[in-house]
Amino acid sequence: MRLIRKSFFILPGLLFLFSANTIYAEPRSGYEYIKPETRAMQDDDFANPGLLTVDRGEELFNQKHENSGKSCASCHGEEGEKLNTKKIARYPVYNNKTKEIITLQKRISNCRSNITDKPLVTDHPDLVALETFVRNRASGEKVNVQTDGPVSELLKKGETLYTTRYGLIDMSCYHCHTLYPGSMIRGQKISQGQGNGFPAYRLDTGEVANLHQRIQQCLNLLRAEPFETDSDEIKLLGLYLMSRSNGLAIETPAVRY
Amino acid sequence: MNLSVITSSVVMIFATWLALFPASGFAADVVNMPPPEPYCQWKVDNYAIKKPLCGYVGDAKRGKAIASNGSIGNCLACHQLPIDGVEAYGTIGPPLEGVGTRMSEGFIRLRVVDTRNISPMSIMPGFYRDPKLINRPGKAFAGRTFLTAQQVEDVIAYLVSLK
Repeated sequence: MRLIRKSFFILPGLLFLFSANTIYAEPRSGYEYIKPETRAMQDDDFANPGLLTVDRGEELFNQKHENSGKSCASCHGEEGEKLNTKKIARYPVYNNKTKEIITLQKRISNCRSNITDKPLVTDHPDLVALETFVRNRASGEKVNVQTDGPVSELLKKGETLYTTRYGLIDMSCYHCHTLYPGSMIRGQKISQGQGNGFPAYRLDTGEVANLHQRIQQCLNLLRAEPFETDSDEIKLLGLYLMSRSNGLAIETPAVRY
Repeated sequence: MNLSVITSSVVMIFATWLALFPASGFAADVVNMPPPEPYCQWKVDNYAIKKPLCGYVGDAKRGKAIASNGSIGNCLACHQLPIDGVEAYGTIGPPLEGVGTRMSEGFIRLRVVDTRNISPMSIMPGFYRDPKLINRPGKAFAGRTFLTAQQVEDVIAYLVSLK
């Protein structure tokens, strides 16, 4: 009898603890951490500078290449309407045959090689623009990165990179983006470091950056030697960060500090 | 004619500079950095570093300037400090007003030099951590401490003066 009476107090307590915990761990878009004026900028298609990159991407998407006479639009529609938005939300994906992490940009670049013999280097502004355009087609779709099977091992490696300290400032991603989201770093609120808004327009640099570029910029700020473009580390970290965003709506092009 | 050549070359140099160093303030600091100073060893004694780094004497006025400068100490990124005219400060670390009444000089020194001796999971950078312990330092920062020994002593003199 006494135990039952006690449980009246203990149960709500436990429930409270549990709920507090889940609320904290729940993924939240960077949108919730930016200033109201930045949110307004993102929401207004005429004010969001990222839309210029989307437009540039659309232009490139419709550009016919010399040797094939074809453009991306030849297969995927002038506005990319034949693209599968559910599949876009799966990126980065793991290719079990080549044992490779394929980013959305890499997929576009591979596809592009079917219609032109002039490949572009990773993170070439034209590829970033195409990536931004294609990702924007899936805007509103929920991020849905694979986490099981062979990917689970890769995510463990990504998590290790996420929790490792780097550079003279000697912090890990975990320190800011898991321990201190919502705290102020000077005038900006620290976010959870989610990937759903990327490629995003950055107020700090005045340019669109994809997730890999953003990671490199972050490492530079840590006064660390950034992981090289196309390195295993940056792919693993990019995969891990995007998997943390599962369930969040794609916002490309988001506006972020 | 000459003037236009000069003007255009100045514009060209400026444009090249911007193209090379888009994150201006930060990269400019790297270019102007003096070579690294020899690292002075320090000793933790009862949760404090009692002796000043390299035996330097700190200056509170210089320390205040270092603390508030975003590209040197950048204390305001995480801490609130009683400095006039500051619009934005961080809330990651505790506010430091009156820190001189709460903590001894040696304890403050350990906090600034390498706070992980007290809390291993701390987010706070060690401002005079052994450069050998730094993982993947940027090329320009290899072998360096975050602040020089003199700068650390200046900041400590400033913090001790906050009463």
